[in-house]
Amino acid sequence: MKNNFSLFAIIIFLSFCFVIFYKGLNNPNIYSPKINDKKDLPIFEAKDFNSSFYLNSEKIFEEDIFYIINIWASWCAPCRTEHPLLMKLSKNQSIKLIGLNYKDNLNNAKKFINTFGNPYSQIIIDNDGTLSVEFGAYGVPETFLIDKNKKIVRKFIGPINKEIVEEIKLIIK
Amino acid sequence: MKILKIFIIVFLTIGFSHLKSDENNELKSKVLKNIRCLICQGQSVYDSESEFASSVKLIVNRKINEGLKEDKIYEFLREKYGDWIIYEPKLTKNTLILWLLPLLLFFLGGAIIVSRINTKKL
Repeated sequence: MKNNFSLFAIIIFLSFCFVIFYKGLNNPNIYSPKINDKKDLPIFEAKDFNSSFYLNSEKIFEEDIFYIINIWASWCAPCRTEHPLLMKLSKNQSIKLIGLNYKDNLNNAKKFINTFGNPYSQIIIDNDGTLSVEFGAYGVPETFLIDKNKKIVRKFIGPINKEIVEEIKLIIK
Repeated sequence: MKILKIFIIVFLTIGFSHLKSDENNELKSKVLKNIRCLICQGQSVYDSESEFASSVKLIVNRKINEGLKEDKIYEFLREKYGDWIIYEPKLTKNTLILWLLPLLLFFLGGAIIVSRINTKKL
């Protein structure tokens, strides 16, 4: 009787372990960041790209419209790929693009803008990458869509493409 | 006498500031070792030299200097990047088994050992 009980307990325990490990193995272990969570816009102060003045986030996002924050750098090759799409998007009147120049050389960044065009209504500088962390960014390029309530509603990791531009246009409609 | 007083004050100030910076460095290493570098393969932010890790290191340093406690720093990072960024999982509904299973196994093992000893004595 006692032996039967021990056997039963062992079987139950092993089944329990099997279920847990089986469920665990079925879950993908590749990290995929949440990109649809609504997050508050961080409050910050950043240096202006064209002057030595510091601007605060309230001043940058003062209008009651949609904004895009695009993290870019002159040394980043994918940023060149997405730049023409940003130029097109900047023609849309219901959205303003804010550039966040990430860990860049100012002269190279200015050359980049002069060569490829300036889609941004404002460019701010993030010399040490800490401002990007405040946004929850992983690297460069990265794009955040901010709604009229000043919430980050979408995050696009990597260069944007035509599908993403269409998605942004649909959201801001 | 006056010189001695000044000397003692200066000595204590330097001593305390050293103590404080040692404490901060210790906390910084502890926190950085518990943060996952999200763009690296199996590395903590402490071990990584990536752009992402170097920015997170600066942020953690800044937060410690602002006087933020360890759990508040984790809370800040969780809010930005989710639970995955912290190595030590938070006790939630999903991680309950993870936290309780070792304890359960420990007590179960203990109970088996005690019952075996008792039966041998009899």
